Amino acid sequence: MTLLSLQGVDARHGLLPAVREVSFDLAEGETLALVGANGAGKTTLLRTIAGAHKPAAGRVLFDGADITRVRPHDRVRMGISLVPEGRRLFPDLTVEENLLVGIQPKRPGRWTVDSILEAFPMLKPLRHRRAALLSGGEQQATAIGRALIANPRLLLLDEVSLGLAPVAVEAVYRSLETVLGEGTTVVLVEQDLARATKVAQRVVCMLEGRLVLEGTGGELTREQITEAYFGLGRRRSASQ
Amino acid sequence: MTWVNAVVQGFLLGGFYAVLACGLALMFGVMRIINLAHGDLAVVGAYLILLVLDHAHVSPFIGLIPVLPVMLIAGYVLQRTVLERSLRSGVLVPLLTTFGLSIVAQNLLLEIYSPDVRSLGGQAGSVATASWQITNQISISAIGALTLGGAIAILGGLQWFLSSTQAGRRMRATAQDADTAELVGIDSRAIYARATAIAVAIGAVGGMFLAIRSTFDPFTGPTQLIFAFEAVVIGGLGSLWGTLLGGIVLGVAQTIGAQIDPQYSVLAGHLVFLAVLASPRGGLLKVRAAT
Repeated sequence: MTLLSLQGVDARHGLLPAVREVSFDLAEGETLALVGANGAGKTTLLRTIAGAHKPAAGRVLFDGADITRVRPHDRVRMGISLVPEGRRLFPDLTVEENLLVGIQPKRPGRWTVDSILEAFPMLKPLRHRRAALLSGGEQQATAIGRALIANPRLLLLDEVSLGLAPVAVEAVYRSLETVLGEGTTVVLVEQDLARATKVAQRVVCMLEGRLVLEGTGGELTREQITEAYFGLGRRRSASQ
Repeated sequence: MTWVNAVVQGFLLGGFYAVLACGLALMFGVMRIINLAHGDLAVVGAYLILLVLDHAHVSPFIGLIPVLPVMLIAGYVLQRTVLERSLRSGVLVPLLTTFGLSIVAQNLLLEIYSPDVRSLGGQAGSVATASWQITNQISISAIGALTLGGAIAILGGLQWFLSSTQAGRRMRATAQDADTAELVGIDSRAIYARATAIAVAIGAVGGMFLAIRSTFDPFTGPTQLIFAFEAVVIGGLGSLWGTLLGGIVLGVAQTIGAQIDPQYSVLAGHLVFLAVLASPRGGLLKVRAAT
């Protein structure tokens, strides 16, 4: 069953096009990795799905309903949660308070403050610490927990490994495996190609705002993804 | 001993300024709006209590009870209909909007109630005039103590609301980052409207204390706004408990100024305000968003 459907989505930053005519469907329970170089439009696309960026054209459908004009907080209530790039925690709130503000009373489910602390054990002793005082990995775990506590049907993860030490990335992904293993539908933006292809069932590559490559992790070779990632195939044909 | 009495009176006066100021601090802390109509909204609250008292012979404290929900609703509607739109256009437009609102409120009150000076001191009974004589030269007025107690209760209540309730936590989150708050399922516009509703209702409490301890007319608001604004700035913009400290510093400065010469009362308060504004910290407490 299709959970998310993008139909010809265009998004701009002022006059500058960031996403161009992007269309794809995402089935319930599927994990999709969105890869591409910096400035490819991945974050803008994710923010458009979350409602934080208004599309210039096209439609966003969630569970069959057109949510193109729905405000971000209403999308969270419908079951779409975003872990934004750069974590964007509330710095003066404690870890526990950051989690508590994300609770949606109309979306009860498996994720509570206690179950999130179980899934991210590094947060247990930090429950009452202000978010501003956390390390990058701890902040990322809190940001993921804050998105999970709304018990989303669709989880959008934007560059969860960005700016983290390798040890912290390992710890965050170890905990994420619990989430991914539970059947939550996930769109993952990740710079680390190896990790993205390992985690996701399907990989979509963006270049200059367009989808240029799509396939399952098994279908696509690393060379194909790298070519699409940097637009090498296009440059080669242009030079011939 | 008269100097000690001046300080004691300054503390009591500071409580009054803190009540007026905390609504202003809440709106600034949550939305970064400096509500130039806050003093006038307090005066509107005083007139509404007067309206209640015209129909029912009760104390102003009882008269406040039906006024509070009216002011809560008025604040909510004000935010959703006027301030919300102006907020989308940057920081200057809300300032101009509330300035315009202040003029509209003053002229509406003038049209309805005439420029006559009024007071609720008479209807408040012995509370308005009673005092405790501590020594020959130190006395504590009942209304002064009640106002200071009211300020502490309001600030304590607000602190509890912001730190211990889900609505309060969400208000603090929105104050820190409204865009991200939306992304975690918080309706930032509704939060803003709630903050304005609370601020306007607290303004009405300030209006009641003003009307009991002093006189008021349709143009009293701007003067009260200046004192409230000074208390907010002295205490550190957006800091709730800072407004109490700021109010007390302002009150003590004014009463000590008055002790030197009655003409120096208001001037002394303004001088302290300017000194704090010119200091490197820009406020006595660290600037934090509505905490």
